Amino acid sequence: MIKQERMQVINQQEIAKHIFELTVQGELANEMAEPGQFVHIRVADSFEPLLRRPISVASIDLEASQFTMIYRAEGRGTGLLAEKKPGDTLDILGPLGHGFPVEEAQKKAYLIGGGIGVPPLYELAKQLNARGIETVHILGFESKQAVFYEDKFRKLGDTHIATVDGSHGTQGFVTHILNELPIDFDTYYSCGPTAMLEAVQWAYPQKKGFLSYEQRMGCGIGACFACVCRTTRSETDYIKVCSDGPVFPAGVVIS
Amino acid sequence: MTDLTVKLPGLDLKNPIMPASGCFGFGKEYAQLYDLSQLGAIMIKATTVETRLGNPTPRVAETASGMLNAIGLQNPGLEKVAGQELPWLEQYDVPIIANVAGTTTEDYVEVAKAISQVPNVHALEINISCPNVKLGGITFGTDPDVARELTRAVKEVSSVPVYIKLSPNVTDIVSIAKAVEAGGADGITMINTLLGMRMDTKTGRPVIANITGGLSGPAIKPVALRMVYEVSKHTSLPIIGMGGVTNVDDVIDFLSAGASAVAVGTANFVNPFVCPEIIGQLPERLHELGYDSVEQLVGRSHRL
Repeated sequence: MIKQERMQVINQQEIAKHIFELTVQGELANEMAEPGQFVHIRVADSFEPLLRRPISVASIDLEASQFTMIYRAEGRGTGLLAEKKPGDTLDILGPLGHGFPVEEAQKKAYLIGGGIGVPPLYELAKQLNARGIETVHILGFESKQAVFYEDKFRKLGDTHIATVDGSHGTQGFVTHILNELPIDFDTYYSCGPTAMLEAVQWAYPQKKGFLSYEQRMGCGIGACFACVCRTTRSETDYIKVCSDGPVFPAGVVIS
Repeated sequence: MTDLTVKLPGLDLKNPIMPASGCFGFGKEYAQLYDLSQLGAIMIKATTVETRLGNPTPRVAETASGMLNAIGLQNPGLEKVAGQELPWLEQYDVPIIANVAGTTTEDYVEVAKAISQVPNVHALEINISCPNVKLGGITFGTDPDVARELTRAVKEVSSVPVYIKLSPNVTDIVSIAKAVEAGGADGITMINTLLGMRMDTKTGRPVIANITGGLSGPAIKPVALRMVYEVSKHTSLPIIGMGGVTNVDDVIDFLSAGASAVAVGTANFVNPFVCPEIIGQLPERLHELGYDSVEQLVGRSHRL
């Protein structure tokens, strides 16, 4: 169920260049279920900036009623969010949208992420592991300075890193790594830039895949029609990324 | 006991607060969060004859204390709205104001005639002010003669009272208000969004795919208040005021300027509970100001 709550900031730290990890606590955390859902955060109590910021959830700790988000501080809103300290409170709406279906994987899954699309794959990997699914992580970043959670992913399964400038791992994009890996998985899950999602779904037309999309949002709950995309189902069909997604089966969304 | 009720043509409101059209879909999303029967009314998303898929994305952009949107009247079309969305809203004890849009007079007439016959539609809001579609919309709202004739045509076929939604993108809004009054309008809703732009500073490209969008949010409240004040001074039509309302004091200001009821738009995106919160705070705020009914407050700025 969607809740709005003033949650307590438990921890915040910069874990890579401009990349922040923020943990909050409150009852809303107990509503979290699927990896890949997101929350909508009001970063200031004034109307400047006005709109909430959609932030993806990187891990959920139901026992502690906490969840952790990872985001890139790049604009005014996320810049203000990065200033929050333990003891501060944050107006959070969520959990929102539909996440990754963990029950679709049979034995082995590829988790393919790019940049700030990597965080939701962490909770996904945890939940898949808990179900006995082997996970392989293929993660792309701009440079060595932007890499985060490499060790955490390694603890959950094989992890391959690509950086655009070659300063860490394979030089290039995640697709360069995918080309070298055996196609011995049954399901893939991906989150990242639209171009990456396109490349991934072209790479595995025969495989079952689920992609998490990004689109500029207004309300975050499906009322404003800002984040609409067409689909391959029919000329007049459309989806709302915030409430119908952000995760969709491969081959559905025309981005 | 504070009296929040408001009587307007076709509308017996339990309170003066309603979500504005385009900011509340057809109610389903907000119904997950609270009981819609608390609302004074609901202004549903604009309905056109055929399904409309709207504009390319990005459709929204944030601005200083506001936002631009160019959704482009996306809606499932008359048949689905009348056959599915409105019947779904029947479970709530709340009057619906159906927003009607089109590209030709015939479109408006067709939608108005059919949708006004749906039982829970208590009034129509004729959208002659959408700035984000190439044809129709705002072109009907910027010329007094065109606005009057469209009002007349819609009035002729509607089974419920007709409110005309005015555009602020005009030199003289009073002349448009007077024209729709002459055309037989039962009321006015105002204001729609203000045309605006935002640039991507690095590239120089407009952020909104449609190039221009409609500005809403707290940034436009002063413009809206001024226009409500002027129109209420020069016409006798009841006004449902809107534009940048985010809290109970904004509601008081619109009532003071001459609005009989107040719609909340963009603020729903910031705080999805804003409407019930304002409704809850209204009795105490009225009491603090020395009033025991909403109706006493309407137009008080003109009586000072």
